[in-house]
Amino acid sequence: MQEHDTSWVRTEMALAEPAPLGERGAYAWVRKNLIASTGDTILTILGIAIVAWILPQVINWAFINAQWTGPNRTVCATVSQGGIQPDGWTGACWAFVNAKFGQFIFGTYPIEERWRPTLVAILFVALLVPMLIPRVPRKGLNAILLFLVLPVVSFFLLSGGAFGLPYVETSRWGGLLVTLSLSFVGIVVSLPLGTVLALGRRSKMPIVRLLCVIFIEFVRGIPLITVLFFASVMLPLFLPAGVTFDKFLRALIGVSLFAAAYMAEVVRGGLQAIPKGQYEGADSLGLGYWQKMGLIVLPQALKLVIPAIVNTFIGMFKDTSLVLIISIFDLLGVVKQNLSDANWATPQTARSGLVFAAFVFWLFCFGMSRYSMYTERRLDTGYKR
Amino acid sequence: MASQEILREEPSRGSFINDPKIRSLFFQTLVVVLLFGSIWWIVHNVIDNLQRLHIASGFQFLRGRAGFDISDTPIAYTSDSTYGRALVVGLLNTAIVAVAGIITATIIGFIVGIGRLSQNWLIRKICTVYVEIFRNIPPLLVIFFWYSGVLAVLPPPRESFHLPFGSFLNQRGFYFPRAVWGDGAWLIFVAFVVALGMAWFVAHRARQRQMATGQQFPVFWTSVALIVGLPVLAFLLAGMPLTFDFPKQSTFNLTGGFLLKPEFLSLYMALSCYTAAFIAEIVRAGIRGVSRGQTEAAGALGLRSGPILRLVVVPQALRIVIPPLTSQYLNLTKNSSLAIAIGYPDLTATAGTVLNQTGQAVEGVLIMMIAYLVLSLVTSAVMNVVNARMALVER
Amino acid sequence: MRFVNGRQCTGNGAGSWSGAEVGAAFTHEKDQGCLGSRGACKAEKGLWVMKHIAIGILGAAALGFMASAASAGTLDTVKQKGFIQCGVSTGLAGFSAPDDKGEWQGIDADFCRAVAAAVFGDGTKVKFTPLSAKERFTALQSGEVDILSRNTTWTINRDTALGLNFVGVTYYDGQGFMINAKKLPGVNSALQLSGAAVCVQSGTTTELNLADYFKSNKMEYNPVVFEKLEEVNAAYDAGRCDVYTTDQSGLYGIRLTLGSPADHVVLPEIISKEPLGPAVRQGDDQWYHIVKWTLFALINAEEYGITKANVDEMKNSDNPEIKRILGQEADTKIGTDLGVSNDWVVNIVKAVGNYGEMFDRNVGSGSPLKIARGINALWTKGGLQYAPPIR
Repeated sequence: MQEHDTSWVRTEMALAEPAPLGERGAYAWVRKNLIASTGDTILTILGIAIVAWILPQVINWAFINAQWTGPNRTVCATVSQGGIQPDGWTGACWAFVNAKFGQFIFGTYPIEERWRPTLVAILFVALLVPMLIPRVPRKGLNAILLFLVLPVVSFFLLSGGAFGLPYVETSRWGGLLVTLSLSFVGIVVSLPLGTVLALGRRSKMPIVRLLCVIFIEFVRGIPLITVLFFASVMLPLFLPAGVTFDKFLRALIGVSLFAAAYMAEVVRGGLQAIPKGQYEGADSLGLGYWQKMGLIVLPQALKLVIPAIVNTFIGMFKDTSLVLIISIFDLLGVVKQNLSDANWATPQTARSGLVFAAFVFWLFCFGMSRYSMYTERRLDTGYKR
Repeated sequence: MASQEILREEPSRGSFINDPKIRSLFFQTLVVVLLFGSIWWIVHNVIDNLQRLHIASGFQFLRGRAGFDISDTPIAYTSDSTYGRALVVGLLNTAIVAVAGIITATIIGFIVGIGRLSQNWLIRKICTVYVEIFRNIPPLLVIFFWYSGVLAVLPPPRESFHLPFGSFLNQRGFYFPRAVWGDGAWLIFVAFVVALGMAWFVAHRARQRQMATGQQFPVFWTSVALIVGLPVLAFLLAGMPLTFDFPKQSTFNLTGGFLLKPEFLSLYMALSCYTAAFIAEIVRAGIRGVSRGQTEAAGALGLRSGPILRLVVVPQALRIVIPPLTSQYLNLTKNSSLAIAIGYPDLTATAGTVLNQTGQAVEGVLIMMIAYLVLSLVTSAVMNVVNARMALVER
Repeated sequence: MRFVNGRQCTGNGAGSWSGAEVGAAFTHEKDQGCLGSRGACKAEKGLWVMKHIAIGILGAAALGFMASAASAGTLDTVKQKGFIQCGVSTGLAGFSAPDDKGEWQGIDADFCRAVAAAVFGDGTKVKFTPLSAKERFTALQSGEVDILSRNTTWTINRDTALGLNFVGVTYYDGQGFMINAKKLPGVNSALQLSGAAVCVQSGTTTELNLADYFKSNKMEYNPVVFEKLEEVNAAYDAGRCDVYTTDQSGLYGIRLTLGSPADHVVLPEIISKEPLGPAVRQGDDQWYHIVKWTLFALINAEEYGITKANVDEMKNSDNPEIKRILGQEADTKIGTDLGVSNDWVVNIVKAVGNYGEMFDRNVGSGSPLKIARGINALWTKGGLQYAPPIR
């Protein structure tokens, strides 16, 4: 027998060596991410060139050279254009946005009545925020308040004509107020309508199914502009003599129907993803059609497609800007309208106004898409296989 | 207790009110009656309104003299042409901007989409910024941006930018020389068609040979040589029947040459940039959808990175990409109707003008809707054919 | 509302929910009061409540937004609702444009106020609907507006095929051209415009006249066509086109809104007749007469020197013509026959003044536009404004 000599075997773990210098720290990161190969290096140089070309211009224009306040066009025009800026100056004319801010938000809503849309906005935020935070309880009550009570309250607050509030015609609504109310009503109407259409499209009744298919495919095949033209030019002829709709309401109907068709397809995707067993299980419990759908299928299906629903909302939010083509002045419409104000006519006005509008739209859409990604991640946990 | 009650109630379920078939029949009848009722009501109202107000109706107006001019006319059109022809001009303009936009958006979209998956951190970030900006801004705003941006930057016609090859760029658009083909130009066209046919034949034979013997043939370079070489040969043989019509300065604008107007340019650029952001996301999802194992397996078979991408990854990614890509193409076509905001005479704009000059709102909007519907159906049909060819062939 | 739907066709499941899980989820619902689970009953009740709330909302919205003008005469409907709905432009200085406070100003807006004064004795009982060129006719046809007073040209086609009735002419206009004289020195006639890029609004008679004019003078041009007036203005101001064409009055108004008005000149040629006037729907003669005679009353008031300032004195005038116009004749039935009160002309003039005052205030010497009366002067002063007698 020979004794195994284990004296050369280490009894304690070797301490981990730090990674070689070339594999850690900033240098490694740069090597891996920026100059991994010749092609990569060329791309990086190209990228740096693009950034170096664009970024200083943007920052200069938007911040350093920008004019933040001022009474009229002179602050944003160069000397040769009749202003105070040195020749060759280019910078954002935020003074224009500043001066017109009230209009951009409320349109021509009477100034002494502007507390009303402000109040609506406060209510909206107060109801929306707890709705969005998953941990806050009482979602059902919250939803009823947000989707049923708030529209009614807002309607009376905004248009007035009751409870001693003076009546404000919808032609005086404008700006962000119109953008938000159009898209909110669109959302509130299109989700249930789209769900009904999706159920109809998967119904066993051939006529119902056919009608739903025709409606969905027809609306999805035409641009929103034609729907809006339809609503603004043709709809009045469809009604009996003397009955007319408010133009704003017609736009609302157009936008909602349009969004409903897209929503229907999204919901249908969710319905298709629910396994047959769920339907059969519900049937075997003796549930009727609406119970089965309302209690078993739709809650699962809608949950599955929440990201897609939010994407549809984003699309609709962006699409509301099209109403400016039928002379309803949403945020973009009001900005465009104010660009032709002779008091502010400078070469920088158009760009500044449009950048402002773009920024507001971007803020809302980006927020929504981030929230959708967050929800997706949160809900995803249940489905990890 | 409660469940017993249900059991006792069970027989009443047999009554015909609860028979699903009869219920479904009843509901459908109800829907049909309601639908036809409301259609009848609408038609009745429309006819009543039109008669009461003495508004002319019908489609005869399409044969009337239009009387207005259109700025971009791909086919011969003057103010003496008919309303019908004006609508056709609008439709063609829509098709032109849609096709051009689709091609450019696809190219930009693929570049940006692949860029978002690049190893290079900087490129990845630049592409992400691009996508996040354009995806979250309304297309109409992008169009205005291009239009006012383009108009603000460019000089008036008398101070045009001079570009190479006798091209000019100014507020009135982008002028470049127009090719004027002389006698014998048909030969070049014929040579081109022949070259295409030959290239296809070579590719076909090369494939057959590779299948049979495993030997490869440089198909790509042969095809390029054929498609470029033959027409050039024909061009020389025909005695170079090509002259250029250069744009020249006149009192107001440049005359002659070929002109791309700022309306077209900005609509086209805006649609391309906007849709490209969405296509980039689709492409990214498509490529990420091909599992890494596929690439590794192909590598294990000894393929190099070029063929791996071309033969393994892209065909599978395309399968994921094509259906959403189709809907982006449809969106682009539909978004081209925003041309009306900057005065590009597309279908919506010309139909709007016709509607306004004739006052026939119902017919005008109807024509518009049907035309877009047909365009959408054609686009989806084409893409369905492509999709069918790409689809997984299952045994 | 409950029926068994049998099997549902389902697609490939992406979710991984098993039937057992659903069963488990419902086992605690033991007490089945009605056919479904208690949750279902609750949900149904909830649904019922929701449905009724929804109907309530829709109803409220419909009541709030829908204006029902019964098929009775326009006058009765207008009296019933208490105001006149007036279709105006989306903003053309001097004709109809909102001021800083959102109040509509201009000849077209004032004309609607005059009609309101005739009907109600109160010129403020009018509401304005801004309409684009495209919407204007349907808006009138469908009854959305009662008067279309929106710098609209009177043509035979619009009188016959579109179902409108033009009541007269509030402004005799003609189409003209404006150029930037600084950029185009030496151009002083429209006949030198061959090859120019011309900005024009689509769907207007202007667009048609433009095509005819260049064609008949064998000149070429590039049309640059926009849907909205503001867009045409912006494009012209940005230098997209050399020439701006629209009604001459419009050109003067638009010139003021440009970056540097002094650079721009209106060329002398007038290439068309553009009689602008208010229109009403066909088939309601009484309303047509009221609107028509409101216009004539404005012109007659100017002819007889009745102004906003002196209308009360004029009531005691000895001139029988003036007394008749102002409804001071004994047993007069002129107003009541028309369907309004007998002192209708007094009300009109008190509200907006006579035609001349209206003109001066909005487009003439009292306005930034400073347009000369020209052919819009009274017939007694060499112009075209002529009104049939009120008797």
